[in-house]
Amino acid sequence: MSAKTLYDKLWESHVVRTDENGTALIYIDRHLVHEVTSPQAFEGLRLAGRKPWRVSANLATPDHNVPTTERSGGVSTIVDPISRTQVETLDENCNSFGIPEFKMLDPRQGIVHVVGPEQGATLPGMTVVCGDSHTSTHGAMGALAFGIGTSEVEHVLATQCLIQKKSKAMQIRVDGPVAPGVTAKDIVLAIIGEIGTAGGTGYAIEFAGQAISDLSIEGRLTLCNMAIEAGARAGFVAVDEKTIDYVKGRPYAPSDENWEQAVANWRTLHSDEGAEFDKVLVLDGSVIKPQVTWGTSPEMVVSIDQSVPDPAGEADDVKAGGMRRALEYMGLEAGTPMEMIRLDRVFIGSCTNSRIEDLRAAAEVAKGRRVADSIKQALVVPGSGLVKAQAEAEGLDEVFIEAGFEWREPGCSMCLAMNADRLQPGERCASTSNRNFEGRQGQGGRTHLVSPAMAAAAAVAGHFIDVGKLD
Amino acid sequence: MEKFETFTGIVCPLDRSNVDTDAIIPKQFLKSIKRSGFGPNLFDEWRYLDQGEPGMDNSRRPLNPDFVLNDPRYQGAKILLTRKNFGCGSSREHAPWALEDYGLRVIIAPSFADIFFNNCFKNGILPIVLNEETVEKLFSISGNQQALTLTVDLQGQHLSLADGETIPFEVDPFRKHCLLNGLDDIGLTLEHVGDIKAYEARRRSEAPWFFT
Repeated sequence: MSAKTLYDKLWESHVVRTDENGTALIYIDRHLVHEVTSPQAFEGLRLAGRKPWRVSANLATPDHNVPTTERSGGVSTIVDPISRTQVETLDENCNSFGIPEFKMLDPRQGIVHVVGPEQGATLPGMTVVCGDSHTSTHGAMGALAFGIGTSEVEHVLATQCLIQKKSKAMQIRVDGPVAPGVTAKDIVLAIIGEIGTAGGTGYAIEFAGQAISDLSIEGRLTLCNMAIEAGARAGFVAVDEKTIDYVKGRPYAPSDENWEQAVANWRTLHSDEGAEFDKVLVLDGSVIKPQVTWGTSPEMVVSIDQSVPDPAGEADDVKAGGMRRALEYMGLEAGTPMEMIRLDRVFIGSCTNSRIEDLRAAAEVAKGRRVADSIKQALVVPGSGLVKAQAEAEGLDEVFIEAGFEWREPGCSMCLAMNADRLQPGERCASTSNRNFEGRQGQGGRTHLVSPAMAAAAAVAGHFIDVGKLD
Repeated sequence: MEKFETFTGIVCPLDRSNVDTDAIIPKQFLKSIKRSGFGPNLFDEWRYLDQGEPGMDNSRRPLNPDFVLNDPRYQGAKILLTRKNFGCGSSREHAPWALEDYGLRVIIAPSFADIFFNNCFKNGILPIVLNEETVEKLFSISGNQQALTLTVDLQGQHLSLADGETIPFEVDPFRKHCLLNGLDDIGLTLEHVGDIKAYEARRRSEAPWFFT
């Protein structure tokens, strides 16, 4: 038998049928649902008189529109009537179709990509989809996970399958170890800086190498989360003992009678020796430094000790034009050292960086320090109700509050500003989220992507600073 | 879905690469629970000078005269010409809904983001990949006094310019078939219910932990 990549194994174990032209019908094990991309899909089902194929394959939770301020009154506390309707519509659809849902007041509610792994609802070897591009996150579990549009949400609900063509396989190997203080976020931003936001288009990316296997599962979730920012719908990491330990005992994990059989299967979820990839990229992890984006695309990224690049040095005219437009939007001059850039707000949260290890890393920096007076707001938004409870049990909430951060309720929050948390025009934010697009965090807002430790350090200094240099 | 038929339309040149779906349709408009009515907010932040919110009367908002969609030459455009990696970012299908609702049926670019590319076909929009050189040439013609018009023939897989020159393009045969016939994917998949059930039964015995 020929050597297979992890992608081959995940793909082949889910093919229901293949057409002569290579179009396949693949089976979906887990469908995660949130309020923004599902209402039109449920409406489509209703209009066609269809029912969900297998309700237990679905798990829903509202995350994009939920307020992060006091909300013990539930959905009625959502001030914006359109946002409220969207959350109410999810509740109604889940009730009427029998879809399991963690509603707004459920302690398990949170960002769908934090909730899935936390519950053991996304398991090694699964196909996982959601009407959300950051579904690539779940690849960290050794799953084939990717984002879909609303038509496909309806298709999965109705048939438990998707019509797909197999992607090409890419391996990105990051040799390690990385330097102390360099996180999964820095690794993935460095990868995107290297291959660009379209570098992974048409590929499924397997991340490998010592720098990746050294990461915790939460670090791998951060890494795979941003595979889509490199253009790849899916990014994943082979299963190892860390993966198996992480899953054990979670509510949706296999029961005792199935556990050994499941683990035996999961141990095969890696690329075979000698497996061939369509493309292989090797990075030296030891040279990666903390990363900060300077522009309006995640590929516009430099190390903290560098300066804002100059479009005049770019040979490609289209690219240079994009850089000039980005500098204008960001209100930055070429040549400015990154550490000179002053900030208005800081956001620690999102499906990229809102898990307990992220909060611990930020709290370690915040402990015994104060948010700079020039910072208007520094938000900490845990990824789920359970992350919040864990952080509070460890006293992290008090560390943040004493340092001058705001401690909030779980949700997507200022990552995309669909709720009330947003930047005002011209405001500059150090953010642990995943996209620095124009207007992403509020119209006219300026986003710089960083790791949780770097965001906390920026909050304390009032400007970007290498976290290692903080007094 | 409507059948995709041959048509001739004006080309609107949007000279930017990496246009993301947040730019195509900003997040505040994603709160709708409908799939129509997004056209007036297509490229909202570039198209208008004020800050757009759902429920505004868009006909009374100040237009950005420098944005290409507001150029008198390109009014009624059915074809969007743009640069590489169009549609990157969020998976929101509101992006093709907005493009379609505005009246655009074809997007031409050197490359597209995967999820967006896929979403287009589900909504009767044909994304066409042409090489950089051809895209550059179309940009230069479409900047002329007189807007460029192209005829799009999906059956024959080519574009024609007014002078008779034709530009061939590639398209996946399955997607072409679905577009030409206005076929609904779910209906097609449900023709294979037997295969899905057989797979499911096998999988249930091989990997029961996925079915609890």
